[in-house]
Amino acid sequence: MKLLKLVPDHTNVDFMRWRNVALVLSLIATVASVAFTAYRGLNLGVDFVGGQLVRVTFAQPVDIEQLRSKVDAMHLGEASIQDFGSAKTVQIRLPKPPGGDAAANIVAGRVKQEVERDYPGARIDSVDTVSGKVSEELADNSAIAIALAMLGIAIYIWVRFEWQFGVGALLTLAHDIAMTLGFFAFTRLQVDLNVVAAFLTIVGYSLNDTVVIYDRIRENLRKYRKMAILPLLNLSLNETLARTVVTSLTVLIALGVLMLIGPEVIFGLAIAIFLGVLIGTYSSIYISSPVLVWLGVQPDSFLKPEDKEEAAEAQPA
Amino acid sequence: MLEFPRWKVWLIGIVIAIGVLLSIPSLIAGTPLANSWPKWLPQYRISLGLDLAGGSHLLLEADARDALKQRLQAMEDSVSTELRRDPRIDVGDISTAGGRLSFMVRDPTQVDAAVERMRNLTRPVALTGNRDWDVQVVDSTRLVLTPTPDGTARALKDAMSVARDVVRRRIDPGGTKEITVVTEGGNRILVEVPGVENPDQLKQLIGQTARLEFKLVDLGANPADVQQGRAPPGSQVLPMADGTGAMAVKRRVMVSGDQLTDAKQGFDQDGRPDIEITFNTAGARRFGRTTQENVGKPFAIILDDKILSAPNINEPILGGRAQITGNFTVQSAHDLAVSLASGKLPVKLNVIEERSIGPDLGRDSIHKGVIASAVSIALVIVFMLVTYGRFGVYANIALVVNAFLILGIMAMFNATLTLPGIAGFILTIGAAVDANVLINERIREEIRRGRRLIDAVETGYHEAFRAIFDANVTHVISAAIMAYFGSGPVRGFAVVLLIGVVTSVFTAVYFTRMLVALWIRRARPRALHI
Repeated sequence: MKLLKLVPDHTNVDFMRWRNVALVLSLIATVASVAFTAYRGLNLGVDFVGGQLVRVTFAQPVDIEQLRSKVDAMHLGEASIQDFGSAKTVQIRLPKPPGGDAAANIVAGRVKQEVERDYPGARIDSVDTVSGKVSEELADNSAIAIALAMLGIAIYIWVRFEWQFGVGALLTLAHDIAMTLGFFAFTRLQVDLNVVAAFLTIVGYSLNDTVVIYDRIRENLRKYRKMAILPLLNLSLNETLARTVVTSLTVLIALGVLMLIGPEVIFGLAIAIFLGVLIGTYSSIYISSPVLVWLGVQPDSFLKPEDKEEAAEAQPA
Repeated sequence: MLEFPRWKVWLIGIVIAIGVLLSIPSLIAGTPLANSWPKWLPQYRISLGLDLAGGSHLLLEADARDALKQRLQAMEDSVSTELRRDPRIDVGDISTAGGRLSFMVRDPTQVDAAVERMRNLTRPVALTGNRDWDVQVVDSTRLVLTPTPDGTARALKDAMSVARDVVRRRIDPGGTKEITVVTEGGNRILVEVPGVENPDQLKQLIGQTARLEFKLVDLGANPADVQQGRAPPGSQVLPMADGTGAMAVKRRVMVSGDQLTDAKQGFDQDGRPDIEITFNTAGARRFGRTTQENVGKPFAIILDDKILSAPNINEPILGGRAQITGNFTVQSAHDLAVSLASGKLPVKLNVIEERSIGPDLGRDSIHKGVIASAVSIALVIVFMLVTYGRFGVYANIALVVNAFLILGIMAMFNATLTLPGIAGFILTIGAAVDANVLINERIREEIRRGRRLIDAVETGYHEAFRAIFDANVTHVISAAIMAYFGSGPVRGFAVVLLIGVVTSVFTAVYFTRMLVALWIRRARPRALHI
């Protein structure tokens, strides 16, 4: 049987040749992404802004506009209605009613009644009610958790490798998270607790490629002490390229399946990780590695002093 | 590499066999096969989270002000009882304003004795050396009892643990359901009840403090004053539960709900729902004595500071049994009976987060999750096979074993599978083969460099391990933080990722290495097709 080789043997792509172009593009994309997120804001779910979310599955596809006008006619404040891929599964979002929990119950109860009366066979799948207090805490905790995870991993990389690698990992993570945030701001996909779980996963998994490449760079730095840094990075990237491609593909296959035919409720989670892995693959090549050049990593940077002397003596006069 | 001792082969084989055995009960749960699973084999099962099984999730927060108020009231009661003991100390002008309890001692010569008795009522707070109440004399005859911060904190903590038990008893009087009731973060209680789709009844049960008191009606009060909310000294004005005005009652509690042993819903002579209560011995004695002394007078039945009814005492009630009448339906009488029997809540609880999930959504999600898992496993297997041939087969066997091990370990620890947990499972499937990809690519590389077969395989496993280890540590860091900060469903996701990291290193590194070693020893291949 002939085996599939997505990356032929002896592939030698001069990745570093475009590193400055890639840097400028990445920088523009990151800044644009952050600015866009700040300007337009994220579509935060009830988990983070409080309020109520009612999920309904209808027997037949419904006219969303008609449903919207029905809910609007109930004067429950600014309601939003979103369908879940098909017009059969719909989520109705309601703002926090003034007057606390008792009022919230009445509101959800009225929506339930209305839906069940006007649409025979409709099924109320779930009702979430989150108070302002809880949603603020969830938002704070999520931000802290993501920041802690990024920092923790950067510190680990620093301890296992060198500080330049730790900085590289942190910048790579910041880039990946910023881009994924931008995607959520752009598509208006709802950000709920599951999506935050996805962001934390990205922090762990998008760095996968970076760790593997860093490991190879470290190995090559020890092996080829006289090679200039750029060819050494190129060599390391090419040597690990086949692995990068195959692993990213298996992860993307699994997540793609989850995204396309998995449960709708976790679509946001699936697409966020899918995207994070895709972006992470790019950034492991064009952010993690060039950062090392800018931070002044040289072939002899990590040699012990005595080894350095030895290396100097070996130099032809 | 070739020296793979027999005991290691056995050990790995046994670990895998146990893992697979443990996972089977969860896989066949709910199918006819479940009945034919032998009883002597492991029965551990993965439990389903609320988002898959359907049910209600409530997060309750204690109203700290209410806890302090209740504590003050309880202190007032014990102070009155204490001072009434022989030799009796007459006091007046009792006040609970400003969160402090104060009263005036009528006879100035008894002030010291009163202070002494009050000191005995207070208790030291563990290890801090402080007492839970500060006793001071102001203006020579007025005693002021101020709760200390330590005492208050301790009281709140005690109240929370009592509240947790009360909530559990109310939701599940029989103690048979698989519900979760745990305290969180000092002043919260998390309640999860599978299968209950509509949390309204739960909230009915939890929403009531259920502090039951019997007090004599103050017949001497001026109706006009009562209308204004003013009561004679020693009495207080309380509203009627049905909203039809108010009534003056004596402050002194005749008997309280603390002295109940049982409460049941029943019917009165006219067939209206009521609650039949039974007192314990001390309560029965007290109730008997007070009713004996007050025949012909009305007494008020008070629930959470509202008067349910105020019947006349027709004859002494000596058996320790009484009926509570009021404006009840069968349901509300039943709920109140459950609440009374489970004891009063030492603090009012407010619902701050509420999630309910219908069972159908969970069933759909499991169905779709299972299909998605199967399809992704199949696709990854095909991909690995065409990419690495024989070594792909080994990676694939490891992948399938890994899937069983994850389920087996989850079952063993009775972990909860949530909807995001399914995503974690699929992600692990995609990511677990990474270790094999790293190893196999490295072997390819070493062969290109001209190493001999066995040498290449050995170097491949050895050199790839560093990167596998570091990459997995980064996964552990993010998953551990997720498990720490996340709530229910997200924690379920993190747990699957964490278990998956451990099992995938085992299957992808050690297990495949064994398969490769056994193959090389048996077949003695001359060249590798990888």
